[in-house]
Amino acid sequence: MKQGIFTIIENVKLTADIMQMRLSGDTSEITKPGQFVNIKIEGLFLRRPISVCDVEEGVLTLIYRIVGEGTLALSKMVKGDNLDLLTGLGNGYDLTSSGNILLLIGGGVGVPPLYMLAKKLIEQGKEVKIIVGFRSKEEIFYKEEFEKLGASVTVCTADGSEGIKGFVTDALPLIGNYTHVYTCGPEPMLKAVYNNTNTSGQYSFEERMGCGFGACMGCSCKTLYGNKRICKDGPVLVKEEIKWEA
Amino acid sequence: MGSLKVNLCGIEIDNPIIPASGTFGYGYEFSELYDINILGTFSFKGTTLEERFGNPTPRIAECKSGMINAVGLQNPGVNRVISEELPRLKECFFKPVMANISGFSIEEYVQTCALLDKCEQVGWLEVNISCPNVHGGGMAFGTSAEMAAKVTSAVKKVTTKPVIIKLSPNVTDIVSIAKACEDAGADGISLINTMLGMRIDLKNKRPVIANKMGGYSGDGIFPVALRMVYQVANAVKIPVIGMGGVSRAEDVLEMMYAGATAVQIGAANLINPFACKQIIEELPVVMEKYGIKNIKDIIGVVK
Repeated sequence: MKQGIFTIIENVKLTADIMQMRLSGDTSEITKPGQFVNIKIEGLFLRRPISVCDVEEGVLTLIYRIVGEGTLALSKMVKGDNLDLLTGLGNGYDLTSSGNILLLIGGGVGVPPLYMLAKKLIEQGKEVKIIVGFRSKEEIFYKEEFEKLGASVTVCTADGSEGIKGFVTDALPLIGNYTHVYTCGPEPMLKAVYNNTNTSGQYSFEERMGCGFGACMGCSCKTLYGNKRICKDGPVLVKEEIKWEA
Repeated sequence: MGSLKVNLCGIEIDNPIIPASGTFGYGYEFSELYDINILGTFSFKGTTLEERFGNPTPRIAECKSGMINAVGLQNPGVNRVISEELPRLKECFFKPVMANISGFSIEEYVQTCALLDKCEQVGWLEVNISCPNVHGGGMAFGTSAEMAAKVTSAVKKVTTKPVIIKLSPNVTDIVSIAKACEDAGADGISLINTMLGMRIDLKNKRPVIANKMGGYSGDGIFPVALRMVYQVANAVKIPVIGMGGVSRAEDVLEMMYAGATAVQIGAANLINPFACKQIIEELPVVMEKYGIKNIKDIIGVVK
């Protein structure tokens, strides 16, 4: 983990409530896709954890949904503004030993961390298939970006306004073979993916956090491998260890 | 440069800065960020006889000038603390550590303290009788002077290390409880634990915290904490550790003027992991500004 001051390069709308922020700063601690940063926002006590979408030569890309006070304040920041970030948080996805045909499944703001993941996997010569789920056509983002990386993209919308009507799991029968699943999204989606896929997989979870670096035990969960802190021992859990709350 | 040294219950510490229990784990996370030997000491994560997961999540809520937690004493249990955490700590922290202990019965407090008493690394036992997040224990002992005294005298029988009793602010008369602990043999008092608080989510019309209520900490509680430290320090002869909303060197001096021998830093560590390091670095500068030579000389000076 590292603390650093980042400068905003751009902060633009991708959809009605999804923003993309690009920042410059010391990104050296961000070593794996699936990690997150924790952002200090003036006037608010707790930092806001946001997953890393991409990192390239000192430029950090974050994608976030405006859901509350913190993300609303972030959305109003402009080019040249500075932010205090803790970087290199979370375990991130493991890119090794997952076979050669990877299925990435993302829902809503669970989609962004899959971008850096897809990029790294394709760089390693792996075949990447992606299913992304959104509520409607208007909420879709990053479809073209994934296609430019060379991934095959299947879009699902809950209302059927684009792609397959339904949830990400409704696209599974159409996807063909895969050796391993990487996923990030709301918990009901993770559970549906868990129940509808047979391969090994890595699942990225979300929880309300205090510190974001393992000190406060605020975001703990029970797993079959013992108690884990989502912020430090996660957010990525392997399929075998997941224990769903009844 | 003036001296930052203070004597805490018979053990001299290099400075009065002590990360508070529950905000510093067992030291390991922070040792990756800076050399934690610069601290006076630190109070490790509240430890119970058996392993605990704590309360269901969400167990964190934000507030104006602070946060609420309802972690509920998650810890690996005293045996694993002794067999796993303390050996790991030995690699990165070379000073006596403060062992924070909680329990659900007097017998449990006694057993946990007896086990930690045997650990060479442990300098002080901080006995938490004030956790607001567990039922049937914790704070139940800290809201009655009689129960507080019973825990204190029971624990004192099984240890030769200094025993510091950590008090709850969620009481009508904290002074009488502090005095009862002193009379029962406590070597020190630390205060305040978190204040019982609550938030409601307007969207789903439910408490933010799964356990409904939790402990409020952070900048917002500083004036209340300072007042209680002042009242207790003026009523007892044993050393007092002040805590509650401390985030700057100036806050440390206020606590010490009010009567604190040492000061714990809690929630500030969670939003600024370098908070304690920065406070230790700022202290000499702020002391010089206010003409303080030796920090121990200001303890309890304000009447």
